[in-house]
Amino acid sequence: MEEAPAVIEIQNLDKFFGKFQALNDVSLKVRSGERVVICGPSGSGKSTLIRCINRLEEHSAGRLVVDGIELDDETKNVRAVRMEVGMVFQQFNLFPHLTVLENLTVGPMRVRKISRKEAEARARKFLERVHIPEQAEKYPAQLSGGQQQRVAIARSLCMEPRIMLFDEPTSALDPEMINEVLDVMVELAESGMTMICVTHEMGFARKVADMMVFMEEGRIIESAPPGEFFSSPRSDRCRMFLDQILEH
Amino acid sequence: MPNPTSTVQEGASGYARFLAQMSTGKRIGFYLKSKPASVAVYLIVIYIIVQTALTGAEAMGYTWRWYRIPEYLFQLTDEGFQWGEIPIGLVKTLQLSIQAFALAVLLGLCIALLRLSGLLISTSVAVAYLEFVRNMPLLVLLYLFYYVLGPIFKFDRYTASLLCLAVFHSALVSEIFRAGINAVNIGQWEAAKSIGMSSAQAYRYIILPQSIKFMLPPMMGEAVHLIKSSAIVSVIAVAELTTIGRNIISDTYLSFEIWFTIAAVYMVVTLLLSVFVTFLEKKYAVAT
Repeated sequence: MEEAPAVIEIQNLDKFFGKFQALNDVSLKVRSGERVVICGPSGSGKSTLIRCINRLEEHSAGRLVVDGIELDDETKNVRAVRMEVGMVFQQFNLFPHLTVLENLTVGPMRVRKISRKEAEARARKFLERVHIPEQAEKYPAQLSGGQQQRVAIARSLCMEPRIMLFDEPTSALDPEMINEVLDVMVELAESGMTMICVTHEMGFARKVADMMVFMEEGRIIESAPPGEFFSSPRSDRCRMFLDQILEH
Repeated sequence: MPNPTSTVQEGASGYARFLAQMSTGKRIGFYLKSKPASVAVYLIVIYIIVQTALTGAEAMGYTWRWYRIPEYLFQLTDEGFQWGEIPIGLVKTLQLSIQAFALAVLLGLCIALLRLSGLLISTSVAVAYLEFVRNMPLLVLLYLFYYVLGPIFKFDRYTASLLCLAVFHSALVSEIFRAGINAVNIGQWEAAKSIGMSSAQAYRYIILPQSIKFMLPPMMGEAVHLIKSSAIVSVIAVAELTTIGRNIISDTYLSFEIWFTIAAVYMVVTLLLSVFVTFLEKKYAVAT
């Protein structure tokens, strides 16, 4: 992992919502192929941080370079970054008026400008990868939560991104559906995708993470490889948090 | 919870059950809501209206000449079947309304997008336009177009009416667009943006298709409204349905018959439109 180039460089990032400071001097470097898991109590800025990476939120100060492109007010740069960065949301956010297949082809066809035939072939390939090839003609509302989230992952993958962001992908799911989504994420991690996941699924984190990040009140309190992070967290707050979520 | 009266009711005939319910003391509103009652009330109301018109007309010595009306609907002459003046006026009204509505939708969408753009300049332009149009009586707006803008830009009475109706209704249409667009979950924007779509692409492929089902009912209400307000252009003598009515009356003094007929024609058109909307709503409800 040592010498892979950094694909995401976050330097001294601040983010304000009005007077509320959501991010406070956050710096983070993610190398190509690295899997980073971010955890922390709610309101600690985890989601805000990854939403800044594809500029769903604009950072207030600091520097953010993704895949060699600096994120600033330049619309062209923002769209270039978004084409390289896939995002999976807590609430899936599938397009309800389109079939599963159309959900997967609309991006490649309209944004990447590839032909319908090519886009559909690609869509079916990724539906196969998330284990639901038979649902292609259905509408999102006809699928279970777990299936919807896997479609959402496939939708992002169809854009062939270099980086995938996951914003609490399993938090809105019924317990019995969490594993089917995590399995897909593990497979994706094993394929070498660069991933940043905001999640409290610590089993998943232990399995795939190269780097654990703990955030609180808009700051990164601790970042360490998972072995060290789970066995001997340096800060008290991180230890308390882990005790709480690992209790059961 | 079983009780003696309920077992009695189950075995009873409809009338006995009705009596049993009466005796349990349900409110009168319950019975008024039943279908036969509604039909009865409706017929009574219609009867009262017709009767009032008839006695009123009789009292003022009006002679009904309904037999004169068909010739204004259609004529069978030696040259064969011909449409009368009223259908010709109706076609003009529909033409004016359809063109004005199409323009109003286009303008309304532009105004709504300006307003939602988030840029201070375009938002204030949109708001200024909205306030100007909405706080102006339709009749005054029409005079403005016909007597002021008409001579300046050299357009005829039809164009003046068309533009006036389009502008007046674009304000209301733009509010419908705005509400419809805002009704789409913010997550849809984020998903569209996150796969690299521009704002225009997100509107076109993701947001607007989903807003349609929110916008369809009020939009069609607006179309009905426009057909009705198109009657106002008769004051500048555009040859549409209402103007035709006025012309026939000044020739024949058939004011009661003609106005009833014209009113019925407007009603048929707007009712048909409402039925069509109900059909569309059902179709969209299934699709999504």
